[in-house]
Amino acid sequence: MSERKITMSKAIAEAIDLEMARDPKVFVMGEDVGIYGGIFSSTTGLFAKYGGDRVKDTPISETAFIGAATGAAAEGMRPIVELMFVDFFGVCMDQIYNHLAKNTYMSGGSVKLPVVLMTAYGGGYNDAAQHSQSLYSLFAHVPGLKVVVPSNAYDAKGLMHTAIRDDNPVMYFFHKGLMGLGWMSSPATASTPVPEGDYTVPLGQAKVVREGQDLTIVTLGWMVHRSLEAAAELEKAGISAEIIDLRTLVPLDRETVIKSAQKTGRVLVVDEDYQSFGLSGEIAATVAEAGALKSFRRVAVPDVPIPYSRPLEQYVLPNPQTIAQAAQGMLEMVG
Amino acid sequence: MQPSRDQLMWMYRTMILIRRYEERMAEVYFEGKTPRFDIGWGPVPGEMHLAAGQEPVAVGVMSHLGDHDTVTGPHRPHHLAIAKGVNLKAMTAEIFGKKTGLGQGKGGHMHLFDVAKKFSCSGLVGAGFPPALGAALAAKMQGKNWVAVAFAGEGAANQGSFHESLNLAALWKLPVILVIEDNSYGISVPKAASTAVPTNADRAAAYGIPGAFVPNNDPVAVFEAAGIAVERARQGQGPSLLEIKTDRYFGHFQGDPELYRPKGEVDTLKGHDPIARLRTKLMEGGVLSEDSDAALRKAVEAELEEAYAFARNSPYPEPTEALKHVFV
Ligand SMILES: Cc1ncc(C[n+]2csc(CCOP(=O)(O)OP(=O)(O)O)c2C)c(N)n1
Ligand SMILES: [Mg+2]
Repeated sequence: MSERKITMSKAIAEAIDLEMARDPKVFVMGEDVGIYGGIFSSTTGLFAKYGGDRVKDTPISETAFIGAATGAAAEGMRPIVELMFVDFFGVCMDQIYNHLAKNTYMSGGSVKLPVVLMTAYGGGYNDAAQHSQSLYSLFAHVPGLKVVVPSNAYDAKGLMHTAIRDDNPVMYFFHKGLMGLGWMSSPATASTPVPEGDYTVPLGQAKVVREGQDLTIVTLGWMVHRSLEAAAELEKAGISAEIIDLRTLVPLDRETVIKSAQKTGRVLVVDEDYQSFGLSGEIAATVAEAGALKSFRRVAVPDVPIPYSRPLEQYVLPNPQTIAQAAQGMLEMVG
Repeated sequence: MQPSRDQLMWMYRTMILIRRYEERMAEVYFEGKTPRFDIGWGPVPGEMHLAAGQEPVAVGVMSHLGDHDTVTGPHRPHHLAIAKGVNLKAMTAEIFGKKTGLGQGKGGHMHLFDVAKKFSCSGLVGAGFPPALGAALAAKMQGKNWVAVAFAGEGAANQGSFHESLNLAALWKLPVILVIEDNSYGISVPKAASTAVPTNADRAAAYGIPGAFVPNNDPVAVFEAAGIAVERARQGQGPSLLEIKTDRYFGHFQGDPELYRPKGEVDTLKGHDPIARLRTKLMEGGVLSEDSDAALRKAVEAELEEAYAFARNSPYPEPTEALKHVFV
């Protein structure tokens, strides 16, 4: 195993590179994926290596090029399409949720759509309401889309390999603040040792990133790191938190969540997405349906758009203090 | 239609105000971001798209508009907001995330809303066309001769919303003008690599409406072309499409490494500075003297100083205010 530590953006670009080298049907398109290398450096170096035929800059015509990915995939190609920010998907949603997500089903399984749609999500750097959303639950809600949300470089690379090789559409979300960009703060724990060769991380397998006894924190993406910080604080107060990094929302590893809930009896969901009608509710339902729901809380964005101003944004995003407070509150409750 | 002396002077002064506003914003933006640049740090965090070089578009069109006329802008909105007469103090305070800002700190630089001036903008490319149609429809339904103008970059002209809006505007003969600011790039992608035709003005023919291309980044030429389009709209003759060749002096956003741009390109562009060219013209025409120019620039600096000081000295909103304004 290599001890080479790399950033998440490098890990993603590397996985795409290896897949492009091994399969000529894999190609990349999107806005500024060429010479620029992706606004969040997810395609750095690919244009220089593979040229404009396989690393295609597109016009700002998302309905056209994302719809085209569906068509190309149906013909056996394996497109990887980037759309800079998840907030932008509204302009091309029909091609995604009525076609990419459904054609396989409506064709009785005869149409295969190996498309990876890659996008940046999340806030924390004051980019306001149209550039800071998480929205992964919106896509997870629609049957027919797999949804991947890595929290670190090792998982990012392995999940990207798996996503590209999957014969189904996969939405691949990376948090901007985990990419190790140099121009945006990243938690040190997001960059990890990563093998140089290819390897896969399966979809639908959550990871227990911290073992604990008193409560289970279910989370993903950037919030894994904030939850780890909170857990370290809780430890000092004598509270032992288990943390589950879901890694993928579809498929969702319900078993790991239920098992941990049965062990600790307390479930806290930490989610950077809007609170209502999303991930936190889904986890509560999952645990309740398994008869394992004793004590439940959530820390998520309180159903407001992400505000621009720093004090406002800091207030709505979950942080180590609000996570620790919620956890403490659960333990103070009787039972 | 030629601009009057007053209109020329207004365009000249407003272009200087815009230019200096943007230059100053660039400086403020880098405050608190040293020694390492971090997009989330400093008094003005987040993305910052500046419009220095694109002043002619704003002043040439806005010369023909009043407070009743609606303007929608894109992610690069400051020049348009300033020329539309948006309150400079409240706009700057918004960009600083302050309680006294246009949106009380909720919106930020890509999301400026001034109801009194009928100005708004969006961070989504191509998003401003349909709402401008709506404003034009509202004017028409209410029997007013108001017009609406949507501004967007040449990159936005490849968005479906642009083409749908052209068709709908033409079909319903709406008093709306779609203005494309061709600054040669959509982030790193040059126009020739994104657009199948040399000028977007040619696309007007597909929708049976007038289309004009204005070369040379010249405020007077923009004034003339916009004058015809606005007049048509006010007379109830329907929409027009204008494409204006302009220049972007800064990167796409502040912090853009601009690796896609030929070295020296910006210097060449600045050799063709529309403010300097208009200055020469005004001097030659005897409209402007060294003294009056100096006085004008001093007044502009004072206005800017007031706006920036107001923004800096204003309080931040209380954190819990984040929960307000989801609904009215
Ligand atoms: C729907 C949508 N797609 C993509 C983006 C990302 N994006 C922001 S600005 C931009 C380029 C816009 O180019 P242009 O319209 O020419 O305007 P300019 O930046 O040159 O002023 C892109 C691709 C976005 N904001 N919205
Ligand atoms: Mg442009």
